[in-house]
Amino acid sequence: MATKDPKDLIEDDEDHGPQQGVPLVDNGEFSDLGFDPDRKLKIVGTTPIKPDGVDKVTGRAKFGADTQLPGMLVGKILRSPHAHAIIKSIDTSEAEKLPGVKAVCTRDDFPDIKPGPMKDISYICMAREKVFFDGHQVAAVAATSEKIAKQALKLIKVEYEVLPHVIDVMDAVKDDAPILHEGNRPKGIDDWPEDKQTNILERAEWSKGDVEKGFEEADLIVEREFDTKPMHQSYIEPQGCIANYTEDGQFELWTCTQAHFVYRSRLAAILEMDISKIRVSVSELGGGFGGKTMFYAEPLAAVLSRKANRPVKMVLTRNEVFRATGPVAGTHSRIKIGVKKDGKFTAAEAEMYFQTGPFTGSAFGNAPQACFTRYDLENIRAYGYEVVSNRPKVNAFRAPCVPQIVFGVEGVVDEIARRLKMDPIDLRLKNAATEGYETVYGYTFGPVGFVETLKAAKEHPHYKSKLGPNQGRGIGCGFWFNRGGETTASLNITPDGSVNLMLGNPDVAGSRGSIAMMAAEELGVPFDKVRPIIGDTSSLGYNHSTVGSRVTFSAGMAIVRSARNAIKILCQRAAKEWGVPEDSVVFEDGYVRPASANVGDFEPLSVADIAKKAGQTGGAIAGHAEINATGAGPGFGVHICDVEVDKETGLVKILRYTVVEDAGKAIHPLQVEGQFQGGAVQGIGWALNEEYIYNEEGRMENPGFLDYRIPVCSDVPMIDTQIIEVPNPLHPYGLRGVGEVPVVPTLGTVANAVGDAIGVRPRSLPMSPPKVLQLIEEVEANGVDEPYAA
Amino acid sequence: MARNHVTTTVNGDEYEFLCDTEQTLLDCLRDELFLTGTKEGCASGDCGACNVMLDGRLVCSCLVLGVEANGKSIETIEGMAHGDELHPLQQKFLELNGLQCGICTPGILVAAKALLERNPDPTETEIRFWLAGNLCRCTGYDKVVRSVQAAAEEMRKG
Repeated sequence: MATKDPKDLIEDDEDHGPQQGVPLVDNGEFSDLGFDPDRKLKIVGTTPIKPDGVDKVTGRAKFGADTQLPGMLVGKILRSPHAHAIIKSIDTSEAEKLPGVKAVCTRDDFPDIKPGPMKDISYICMAREKVFFDGHQVAAVAATSEKIAKQALKLIKVEYEVLPHVIDVMDAVKDDAPILHEGNRPKGIDDWPEDKQTNILERAEWSKGDVEKGFEEADLIVEREFDTKPMHQSYIEPQGCIANYTEDGQFELWTCTQAHFVYRSRLAAILEMDISKIRVSVSELGGGFGGKTMFYAEPLAAVLSRKANRPVKMVLTRNEVFRATGPVAGTHSRIKIGVKKDGKFTAAEAEMYFQTGPFTGSAFGNAPQACFTRYDLENIRAYGYEVVSNRPKVNAFRAPCVPQIVFGVEGVVDEIARRLKMDPIDLRLKNAATEGYETVYGYTFGPVGFVETLKAAKEHPHYKSKLGPNQGRGIGCGFWFNRGGETTASLNITPDGSVNLMLGNPDVAGSRGSIAMMAAEELGVPFDKVRPIIGDTSSLGYNHSTVGSRVTFSAGMAIVRSARNAIKILCQRAAKEWGVPEDSVVFEDGYVRPASANVGDFEPLSVADIAKKAGQTGGAIAGHAEINATGAGPGFGVHICDVEVDKETGLVKILRYTVVEDAGKAIHPLQVEGQFQGGAVQGIGWALNEEYIYNEEGRMENPGFLDYRIPVCSDVPMIDTQIIEVPNPLHPYGLRGVGEVPVVPTLGTVANAVGDAIGVRPRSLPMSPPKVLQLIEEVEANGVDEPYAA
Repeated sequence: MARNHVTTTVNGDEYEFLCDTEQTLLDCLRDELFLTGTKEGCASGDCGACNVMLDGRLVCSCLVLGVEANGKSIETIEGMAHGDELHPLQQKFLELNGLQCGICTPGILVAAKALLERNPDPTETEIRFWLAGNLCRCTGYDKVVRSVQAAAEEMRKG
């Protein structure tokens, strides 16, 4: 993929799972970056204060909404009040006449892009023939003040013809459902009737072995259906940006994003500009979790800036964030697993439905690939449907589409353990995939740490502790591919030997610090001598987005290669100074030394010694790397959760929670623990509370943090963590990636704990008090569910 | 309509600004005084990212009008460190990784400082309920609570 068409970028980026076009297996390209188990580490594995830390505790750090430009206008967006309607007309004339209004934009200001992913993305930002959800963007205004901009929005007249709408995924696949896209033909279903309308966009299947035979061999088959609700990533920072289109046709954007290179390509398509004329700079990012891989306000701010010849700042409100930015797909699934009496799984099947909003983008293909991957299964059939409905287009969230299905899979596994009267960890150990297992997506595991992770969980004091009345314990486990991808880095050694790094990925939680630690380790200089920044899109080659647990892994490889390139130059300069051949010197612990006594008696030269004279020995010393990283190591997590259920109210209290996960190698252990803890608590919120509530008109009724309730500090206990380190042999420091796995098992783990406490396993999320109370009442009326008897 | 003239003390210094009557203290701090350390997460008093002290009382500045600050004293995150000496809470949040993305951190630090001023030895439960109005989506709160505990211990030692 040497040259990139914007459309290619978009298709790559919409799939947050295994990479397209990148070999999954080691092809030898990175043989210089393999893991060295004997290497002694000084910095990697310690816990220095992160380089962005001080600015973030003093209020200096600049996030998306925290900057201004001279002459800046304020932009505001007019949104659809309807879930599904034809836009018959838009009249902006009154708004344009209001003093202080400098530009108004509508669908007429956006190019009519040919059908494909870019058209869908553009359509989300600016509705065309129809609006598809409550909150869909239909017009925008730039004015000299926010007050005037808001007044102007009220003067825009939009005539709608309201259409029937559909919200729920299983309602959307009914024969009589309102149809979002007339004439849609589902991909992946060859025999779909010619005249049948549907909201199914695509069917995707991953299978291996002989599932029928596997189920025939089973002594026990458990088959259950499950539902999960969409949740919002709920980053605390609403999207904020400043667009600045200048008279000479250049465009600058400042924004909070996980994906500045992808934004650039997409803006080039919408603005019909050369990519090189667009420069996207990233602010500090106030949370993303996948949600800031898609833009909303940015193209509108760009068009308004171009029309007004002024910078335009746009900041979304929390209401807008909830109503119109991408949540996570809601799902319905049917999970079936067959097992022998001794606990060995014989076959597994998953049928899945994913609610994607009005357009594709759920990355639902991850689920059939990942939902059973961790178990040593020979026979798998896993297929899913991506279904449109009148909700905002879904977006990525940690391990897109996988936790929802693992919620069901781990429930079925829990039931099997109960029916076979086996310890739930022993059952998983009996079926744990190990090195050499060929996955359903065709990748064969190298060294993986699932067994080690399960064993550590079994030995953990939490697992051996006793429970009280009305309390229950659940176990769950999960997998994520982890990712590599296109990554660039630049390393410059300054004249005093301190080091600047320019990195190409927005830092969501501390990656720049971990990458700087690897650079310091390579160069043998103290950590505080290495200063990393995140480069804008004009300062580095293309970088894939901050997604899929790829950054510390991939940028680590890029920075190690950059450092080693710089070290080659350091060695050349020292050899030149000593007048000896280049291959007669070595670099060790921050010094160039003669390789042996035969070379001569020279005092070792430090990085700073050589840098000081760089001007006389050939110019600045630097290293850079442009790679398409492969060799990401699969990650596995095992969670243990204790809950107490209030039998009168149905309220579930998390009493104790432990995350055990294989990190490969923890570069900065406190940051790795933070990923485990944060992922688990996000999953706890999804499991217990979080859901969108729509009224009969299809309008969201809880677009705020009071009514859409994410976990607060008093809702959760300390989250215990145990880092397992089974090194990834294809990374210089052995790391795997730890951002996605921690959320994957959480929904299933909490549900298994609630089931243990009340005698029936919840199969529908969220496990909010009214739903749990209903289950308790069913148990009181009919006794505990069969697997819980005895 | 004429804007309102407000005189207020921010982090010990006197400031004057003009604001609309309906403009919140949060917007005045950010847009009129360019003190952008105080963050907007919700503008409805639910997330705590905009926490400041107003005459010694912890408030959500998104729920206070700018005009209400007239004649009063405001403390924001920008006033928490003394010169290059960080407050023990700031230091412990750094050392123990009590922050990830950092957007909620200013509000949490201001709120935690208010807690420790009235209760120098809070229990874990007291910390968790005091900070229940400060949403954090990254950390799961574990290291936030530990950072507050560690700072409290250090401050008690003097």
